[in-house]
Amino acid sequence: MSDPVLDVRGLAYAYPDGHQALFGVDLHVHAGERVALLGPNGAGKTTLVLHLNGILNAGAGTVEVSGLPVAKEHLQEIRRRVGIVFQDPDDQLFMGTVRADVGFGPANLGLKGAALETRVMAALEQVGMAEFASRPPHHLSFGQRRRVAVATVLAMEPEILVLDEPSSNLDPASRRELADILRSLDVTVLMVTHDLPYALELCPRAVVLSDGHVVADGRTYDVLTDDELMRANRLELPFGFDPRRIDSLPT
Amino acid sequence: MGGPHGHQLHFHGHSPVHRAPAHLKVLALLAFMLVVVATPRGWYPLYGVHLAVLLAVIVLSRVPPAYLVKRMVVEIPFVFFAILLPFVATGPRTEFLGLTVSESGLHAGAALLAKATLGVLASLALAATTEPQDLLAGLARLRMPALLVQIMGFMVRYLEVVTDELRRMRIARESRGFTARNPRHWPILARSFGALFIRSFERGERVHLAMLSRGYTGKMPT
Repeated sequence: MSDPVLDVRGLAYAYPDGHQALFGVDLHVHAGERVALLGPNGAGKTTLVLHLNGILNAGAGTVEVSGLPVAKEHLQEIRRRVGIVFQDPDDQLFMGTVRADVGFGPANLGLKGAALETRVMAALEQVGMAEFASRPPHHLSFGQRRRVAVATVLAMEPEILVLDEPSSNLDPASRRELADILRSLDVTVLMVTHDLPYALELCPRAVVLSDGHVVADGRTYDVLTDDELMRANRLELPFGFDPRRIDSLPT
Repeated sequence: MGGPHGHQLHFHGHSPVHRAPAHLKVLALLAFMLVVVATPRGWYPLYGVHLAVLLAVIVLSRVPPAYLVKRMVVEIPFVFFAILLPFVATGPRTEFLGLTVSESGLHAGAALLAKATLGVLASLALAATTEPQDLLAGLARLRMPALLVQIMGFMVRYLEVVTDELRRMRIARESRGFTARNPRHWPILARSFGALFIRSFERGERVHLAMLSRGYTGKMPT
């Protein structure tokens, strides 16, 4: 197999107050994969995500993105390669217009003028929000803001897209539209979620994090149908949802 | 949630006043205010000229007068103070509307009222004809320090988010049977504001994380 896009080895981290969140996490994601990161609240998922672009620094272990170690001297390039879409779009969209917001990342990378505009509009096209370029973000619906948040990261042409709870607070139609968009993208995806049907729909592979350890890593279908594993890690399927009764699964 | 409405002060339009570059409008407002403030008390005809100029601009901008008048309530504390002045000021007394009031206080009050009204109306005219974003760009062009422009930009962006949180907290309080009616309830309001402050502070940290994640290094791209 090729070199992984994301290569996390033996990652451990304790917060300054002494609470240890990660105990030697190993995670490899290869180009083009879509991987779901599952686990109960407090399992360390967000802590892990914040290591991927160097917001938090590993206590022990290493993180590499396409062979480049996450370290101070490469932060700018790492943050281009790893695009994180945060849970609350109001945290991610802070500029006056959608266009300025999507342009924020590429402009930080040094893009200007027509090249910047092309990049911004291409990203907005990908999420179907091009016609809203001149609007202020706070005048958009929640689902539209979530899509613009994805565009802000796509505009940096990342090698891996990391989504924190992409389906949270979306109505069913917006949730499905976002799934269509994510499927249409030609990019590696790591998706943190509690929405297990969404994980099954979009991600062929799932990794379960529990108390700072990786306790499972395999086909999403196998993880969701392993009742013992699910129970042990406080994972529960919604009422009436049974993966065994779904005909076509993503490959 | 942010609906499809505009900012509370901006009145959408395409008049020459709307289209004028924001930095020129800011400079015009500044010059106008300096002239108004420098006008000595008692020169009432000159205040009339100021008002005529301002009204001409407002007519040109096609912003409905009622729209501006409604938003002039911010002036009420000044009006209150201006009305108080003739009664509390010392010096020779004079008759006015059947009341015995201080002569210098009467002139000071009238001047305060005239200057405040002109100032508020002129500022509203600027706000009504200029999008907040253009205003910020105009200030940046006038060489206002970038950090201040950034801070004001964030304020514009998050004002609705924070007022919306405040509204939701009030609804949640009221849904549990609490309505602030007298000063004994103020400690509870204070705790709400404390919670809002902490939430906003934490949001600030999350926004900063999101900025860092997209390569922010301390300078806003233009």
